Amino acid sequence: MGIRKFIDNIKPTFEKGGKLGFLHSTFDAFESFAFVPNTTTKKGSHVRDCVDLKRVMIVVVVALLPALLFGAYNVGYQHALAAGTEMSFMQMFWYGILKVIPLYLVSYIVGLGIEFVSAQIRGHEVNEGYLVSGMLIPLIVPVDVPLWMLAIAVAFAVIIGKEVFGGTGMNIWNPALLARAFLFFAYPSKMSGDQVWVSGVDGFSGATPLAQASTGELQYSFMDMFVGLIPGSVGETSVIAILIGAIILIWTGVASWKIMVSGVAGALAIGLLANAFAPEGSYLAMPAYYHLVMGGFAFGIVFMATDPVTSSQTETGKWIYGFLVGAIAIIVRLFNPGYPEGMMLAILLMNTFAPLIDYYVVNANIKRRLKRVNSK
Amino acid sequence: MVDYIKLRKGLDIPIAGTSNAKIAKSIVSDTVALKPTDFKGLIPKLVVKEGDTVLAGDTLFVDKKRPEIRFTSPVSGVVSEIVRGEKRKLLEVRVKADPETKYQKFDLPKVETISKEEVINALLESGLWAGIKQRPYGIIPSPEVMPKAIFISGFNTAPLGADFDYTLRDELTNIQTAVNAFAKIVPGKIHFSLNAQTYASTPFHKLQGVIFHKFVGPHPAGNVGVQIHHISPINKGEVVWTIDLNHLAVIGRLFNKGICDYSKTIAVSGPRAASPCYVKGIVGMSMKHIAEFASKEAEPKYLKDCAVRYVSGDVLTGKNVGEEGFLGYFDSQITILSEGDYYEGLGWAKIIRPKKFSFSKTYFSWLCPKKQYNMDTNFNGGERAFVVNGNYEKVLPMDIYPVYLLKAILAGDIDKMEQLGIYEVIEEDFALCEYICPSKIEIQSIISDGIDLMLKEMA
Repeated sequence: MGIRKFIDNIKPTFEKGGKLGFLHSTFDAFESFAFVPNTTTKKGSHVRDCVDLKRVMIVVVVALLPALLFGAYNVGYQHALAAGTEMSFMQMFWYGILKVIPLYLVSYIVGLGIEFVSAQIRGHEVNEGYLVSGMLIPLIVPVDVPLWMLAIAVAFAVIIGKEVFGGTGMNIWNPALLARAFLFFAYPSKMSGDQVWVSGVDGFSGATPLAQASTGELQYSFMDMFVGLIPGSVGETSVIAILIGAIILIWTGVASWKIMVSGVAGALAIGLLANAFAPEGSYLAMPAYYHLVMGGFAFGIVFMATDPVTSSQTETGKWIYGFLVGAIAIIVRLFNPGYPEGMMLAILLMNTFAPLIDYYVVNANIKRRLKRVNSK
Repeated sequence: MVDYIKLRKGLDIPIAGTSNAKIAKSIVSDTVALKPTDFKGLIPKLVVKEGDTVLAGDTLFVDKKRPEIRFTSPVSGVVSEIVRGEKRKLLEVRVKADPETKYQKFDLPKVETISKEEVINALLESGLWAGIKQRPYGIIPSPEVMPKAIFISGFNTAPLGADFDYTLRDELTNIQTAVNAFAKIVPGKIHFSLNAQTYASTPFHKLQGVIFHKFVGPHPAGNVGVQIHHISPINKGEVVWTIDLNHLAVIGRLFNKGICDYSKTIAVSGPRAASPCYVKGIVGMSMKHIAEFASKEAEPKYLKDCAVRYVSGDVLTGKNVGEEGFLGYFDSQITILSEGDYYEGLGWAKIIRPKKFSFSKTYFSWLCPKKQYNMDTNFNGGERAFVVNGNYEKVLPMDIYPVYLLKAILAGDIDKMEQLGIYEVIEEDFALCEYICPSKIEIQSIISDGIDLMLKEMA
């Protein structure tokens, strides 16, 4: 095969002692991207399952595609609505795609660039984790976020959030959310308020349902929010698209259904509790299930909270972790006037505490083992 | 009442090449090798030199620290070669076999009247003690420390593993004799596990003096470590023994006939075996006699130019011994498969990959649950850090948190290893975790290092 021959030809240049030996990890990343390597098992099991991290990551990317495509269309749709122009379906979609592509270019060039450099410094192979993080980041920011801000946020998330801990698998917080949190706190005017959610129309106030609800003027119906033709971050608006992704993730076993289910349960629990004590007509009285389709809840619980590295690692822990993510997200929404959306903070907070949850779950296992000795 | 233990976790790897129930050949190996590396943690001391004449049952080397533990020749003949590796580490003692095996005679009392001390001495002198494994750690037990119980797995769930009901069907009397002998050591505490599905038809359910347990479930249900975990888990300070069923037959022959007869029936299996079958052979036999069973043609096409790998044992835990190598001490199976040193363009990105199996549902092999695959030794990826969680638990039917145990080992934290269950596991128990690992982490090596560390610290 032509490509294979070409790679074999240039390979020595990138190997140790070759002219471009310092780019070894980078070369290796591209080579193993194009071809599953010819390495064979040396010790341990002689045969290996054909799944690898690349496959796992690509499944997540595929699961994100519905949200991405719908998001691109919605960007155009919201623009047309706000600007009052007539646009065909394809025009809206195209408008959105042109808006989203630069976000992706920045996300991947900056993020992967840093990944490659750090892999090179460590002498490791490049980890595939950023394929997913880079896919996620543009979906959770307002579409008009300035690209330089995005670049800084991505660099912050990858360097401070991941590489300083030792790269993918060692990080404490979800890198994509960390990028969003960085933007949120560093440049709040571009990340929140009513002005940022609709593309290309200056000064247009397109409040998200969450912002409306917190001031008691929710203008969107449940179905509106479920379908997702509403203002919001690029990928978070359509619950239908997110559910398609959720089905893919659960079926392939890549993401934990336990976290998703308990997250929804946690959100409903707080929502219902609020309903029970709410004064008539207040924000608290909004039906609890509305929270599931508003803001970033669905996207967060399906794609963010389930990140295998930063979530709870134990099966029991996943129930607790998911429940608390859902519960805290709604608590922030309902009781903190400063932040209309609580999902990001809830997940980052629970990322921090996931190891603690696991610690207690694992300790229970240790105690069971000790009890066996003592009961004799 | 026989207790019935149902295991849901695990995986029967759908690899092609199950042996048909026929004996294709009786192999009389011209050279036989005994390998100290088959025994965990052993530092051997040679007691023969090249050119020495030995009988079957004569000592070739002993344990340096515990010289009463001997390792004896499976055949009679002349010590032809002593193979050493790096730092003069003893790798193999090869014996050129006589055409007709002459046995060292062991004069033993009848097993009905034998005493505990006589059993222990007979096992030590004949070298058959070396085939007993101690848990924790999977090492050769000390003759001074008696176990709380003995565990024997009466069935084999390893990929393409030899069917013991078939290979040992004529050995029932020998196995019974061995059980009777061990009953002198731990009266009433010999646990024998059977496959619930073949419980009625297996010859072994006629054994007497054992406590039966029925297991049902995919591999590793047949692994004795998993069985112990469900019958009576090992706690700190406890010692149990495990004995492989084939070895039990060898021990039975010692007490019945007074000789060390190491012969066994071996499964020749694997995707590259021309017609998978059984052969009669002996511990340490040469793989040269197996080459004729390897298929010249390899399926599928991309394996056409790939070499053949000879594995002594199963694909999960066996050793790559090569065409010139020798069968391992504990192995009752040879797996022949293709080296997978080929590139596969965009393999990981293909929507379907019909020639490859995945336990995960990220591929579509779950659509064909009955399909068997011509697996090869390709690594199918590159090594990464732990990323995906919750996977190992699906194939480890034990109340153990695998990732936490592995991380404790990597950190060298003895206390944590102890708390998280290092005493209950050996390498083979984690083999399936290694097989399914998407990060391609060498898990069995990590466990092995952990056990080595424990041995060093506890010594």
